[in-house]
Amino acid sequence: MADQAHFTEVAMEHMPGLYSAALRMTRNAADAEDLVQETYLKAYRSYKSFAEGTNLRAWLYRILTNTYINSYRAAKRRPQVTDVEDVEDLYLYKRMSGSGGTEQGRSAEDEALDRFTDEDVKSALEELPEAFRMAVLLADVQGFSYKEISEITDVPIGTVMSRIHRGRRALQKALHDVATARGLVGSTSGGSTD
Amino acid sequence: MAEDGLFGKTVNCDEAVHQLYHYLDGELTEERRHQIDEHLNFCGPCGGAAEFETELRLVIANRCKDHVPESLIRRIAEAIDEESRQHDGEH
Repeated sequence: MADQAHFTEVAMEHMPGLYSAALRMTRNAADAEDLVQETYLKAYRSYKSFAEGTNLRAWLYRILTNTYINSYRAAKRRPQVTDVEDVEDLYLYKRMSGSGGTEQGRSAEDEALDRFTDEDVKSALEELPEAFRMAVLLADVQGFSYKEISEITDVPIGTVMSRIHRGRRALQKALHDVATARGLVGSTSGGSTD
Repeated sequence: MAEDGLFGKTVNCDEAVHQLYHYLDGELTEERRHQIDEHLNFCGPCGGAAEFETELRLVIANRCKDHVPESLIRRIAEAIDEESRQHDGEH
C-alpha cells in the first residue's frame, strides 16, 4: 500500500517523459496538457492501490495510455487498425550509407543522422498510425521493454514486438522521405518518390 | 558463413539482420546474443548496420524531448493539493 502523501515526491519527476508521450499521442499541446493533468489526478486518486516497490513509471504510462484511448483519441469513431506498409530491414541504412563514407571514426551515415532536426523526427513519428506510434514511442523514446509495453498497452507481447519492429521500419521510411525532401541524402539509390 | 565457425555455431548475415532489433532491445537469450555478437564483430557490413541502428535510436530519443510548461507543473500541483484538501475534509 502506497501513502498518498508521498505521491508528488515520487511521481512528479516523470512529468517530462509523460508530457512528451502525451504530445506524440494527441499531436496537440492543449490536449497533451489536459491529458497529463488528468493522468496525474487519476494516479493520485488510485495511488493507495499502487503496490509500492513495483514499477511506478510503467504504472503512470499505463494510466496515460488508457486515459488517452478512452478520452482523447480522434480515432474513436473509426476504430479500425490502420496498418503500415511493409518496409524492408535496414531501409534507412541502405540508403544513407555509401555516400562518401570515411573508413575511420564515425561513418558518414552516422553523421548524416545528426542533420535531422527535432521537428523532422517528431513529425515522422507522429505520422505513424496510432498503434505503431505508441509501440515505437514506448520502446525507443521511453525505453520500456517488450513486456512492460505489453502491460502498459494491454496488448499481447507478440503483437507488441511486431508493432515495434514494423513501426520502426515505417519510421525509417518516413525519415528518409524527410531527408530526401530536404536534400540531406541523394535520391540515387532506388528511392524514387512520386 | 552458416557453418560451424571457430567459436561454435555462427549465424549468417540474413539471420543477424533479422534478429537485430531483438538483439539491440536486449530481448534475446544469452546464447543467441553471443552468436549475434560474434557475427557483428566479424562482419563489417552487419557491424556497420548495427552501429547505425544504435545511433538512430539515440537520435530518435534525443530529438523527441519537449519542454514542460511551467504553468502545467503549477496546475497539476494545485489540482493535487485541491484533491487532498477535499479528501481531508471528508473526515
